[in-house]
Amino acid sequence: MATVEIRGIKKNYGAVPAVNGVTLHIKDSEFLVLLGPSGCGKSTLLRMVAGLETPSAGQLLIGDKVVNDLPPRARQVAMVFQSYALYPHMTAFKNIAFPLKAQGMNKTEIPKRVDWAATLFGIGHLLQRKPRELSGGERQRVALARALVREPAVFLLDEPLSNLDAQLRASAREELQQLQRRIGTTTIYVTHDQVEAMGLGDRIAVMRAGLVRQVGTPLEIYDEPADTFVARFVGSPPMNLVRHADYVLGFRPEHFLPKGTQDPSSTTVSFSFRVTRVEYLGADRLLYGALGGAYAEQKVIGRLPSTVTVRIEPNLTYDFAVDVTVLRFFDPSTELRVSARSL
Amino acid sequence: MNPTTQFAEEPQPARALGAPRKVFDSDHWLGAVLIGPAVLYIGLLVGIPFFMSLYYSVSNTTTGGESMTFVGLRNFANIVGTPKLQTALKNTLTFALLSQLVILLLSHALALALQKEFRVKKLLRFLILLPWVAPISIGTIGWLWIFDSTYSVLNWTLRLLGLVHGPGFMWLGVPNLAMGSIIAVHVWRQLPLATVILLAGHSSISKDIHDAAAVDGASFWRHFFQVTVPLILPISLVALLFGLIFTFTDMIIIYNLTRGGPFDSTQVLASLAFYTGIAGGDLAEGAAISLFLFPLLLAVAIGFLRTARRAEVL
Repeated sequence: MATVEIRGIKKNYGAVPAVNGVTLHIKDSEFLVLLGPSGCGKSTLLRMVAGLETPSAGQLLIGDKVVNDLPPRARQVAMVFQSYALYPHMTAFKNIAFPLKAQGMNKTEIPKRVDWAATLFGIGHLLQRKPRELSGGERQRVALARALVREPAVFLLDEPLSNLDAQLRASAREELQQLQRRIGTTTIYVTHDQVEAMGLGDRIAVMRAGLVRQVGTPLEIYDEPADTFVARFVGSPPMNLVRHADYVLGFRPEHFLPKGTQDPSSTTVSFSFRVTRVEYLGADRLLYGALGGAYAEQKVIGRLPSTVTVRIEPNLTYDFAVDVTVLRFFDPSTELRVSARSL
Repeated sequence: MNPTTQFAEEPQPARALGAPRKVFDSDHWLGAVLIGPAVLYIGLLVGIPFFMSLYYSVSNTTTGGESMTFVGLRNFANIVGTPKLQTALKNTLTFALLSQLVILLLSHALALALQKEFRVKKLLRFLILLPWVAPISIGTIGWLWIFDSTYSVLNWTLRLLGLVHGPGFMWLGVPNLAMGSIIAVHVWRQLPLATVILLAGHSSISKDIHDAAAVDGASFWRHFFQVTVPLILPISLVALLFGLIFTFTDMIIIYNLTRGGPFDSTQVLASLAFYTGIAGGDLAEGAAISLFLFPLLLAVAIGFLRTARRAEVL
């Protein structure tokens, strides 16, 4: 178990900055998710923590020890790669035993440890198979077992679920989270999938262009986005952002409801909404359209749960409303969140 | 435009294809056309001479003679116990195995070094490839001067460094030195190809695998012997097979540098076959010598290719 401290870390490839001064403190036993679009620097940051890339500037501490100059094997970290990176010529057993052998563990102890890790992931019956004889989900489990078998201080995961199908991903997500809670190893998890980030992380660090835009619990990230990027990146469909006067107004699609369906005691702000398209998704209806009045022709999306049965037809205009407490305000030039304004 | 008008139009018949287009669009014909020249080439320049030499080896044919009578295995029986064949066989094995061992070690080291990023990498790659693109005869004539008994630049350098006094070594005139010299030239010549083959093997290993080994705590040697070597084993075996067969059957370097001497100390089966069959005129015995290692090489080739296939992991 250990804390990870990232202090002003930068990484440049030639003149191109990949990570541009990131400072993060990951607490002992915490599950931190680095979330961001492709090319935002999240994998590079993870690889620097692993020791696979050298920072151009800044300090990295694992368990209060500066590790900038330590090779990966001296950092007490284990990593799971997106491709799993299993050794293709070794059986699952040998794959899992490899880090133990590298550690110089007693030969009689190794099979016991491998069995322990294999049992943890339910792959005891697959140990004599080679990676090519395993399915995607089984490979992922072998990779996790290999990472966990030597009980690292920090567990690094680089999009380990992205090669699984949707159903398997959901169950793997749950298992991964339960496992992390049980063993309590400090974990840094990289993903571009916001559903994964919201479901797994104790905290999420949202990155863009080499910078951390916001760090917070999934609830904070979703409800209190620090800027327009976080507001649009997290949430599907993303937060509606409409320009009004000298600010940008933000509200989530699920808060944008037909007038009259809100709690009668709440204060709301009304919009005229011309619906152009309706998508039925079973549990929800997505309404695409544009606002009228002072918000002329700005496109927004509404999301009605199936419990709201108001009839909505395309090409008609309706009165919609949003509870004022869920409205968010942003500065259009800095994109940063600003305090609430009166409308 | 009304979309229905598009569908209302009469479908156009496909334009008839010309004969050449037909050939190139048909998998059946295109395959035959593409592989035809190679089959013709191998048949004319490898197949026919091979079967001719098979027959020569069991006949009494000579370069000047008119008869080509079947004599059974007499040519093989005649040469098998002779000292010249035994010397050539021993030299062939020494030459092939030692040179391949050195090539294997050096090409692995070079391929590993060339995997890394450094400033003069491209220049170094070019220089390493140079011996392979240079005509071998010109290259070995250069080496002939380097090893010259009077003007040897090697002796000159060694004298300058104070390592030898007097006239220096007779590189091609002393049995063991001569064998060492031809091995050195052969290594110089074959190293580029072996390195390029191994480089391709190294490049085919995913970077994640190396990263995983680093994070898993493997030392350099564990990483190399337990991860890298097994993964490039199939391609290494292919490189070794190429090298071995090429070495067993090639005689250009020996012909240019030593003519098999001194005292037959660099005479290999290929050169002995040439001197007996072409220079000496005894085509039948020359063919028998050249075919002497054929069963062994065939077995080695089959064994290597099978091992390579078994070792293939991806």
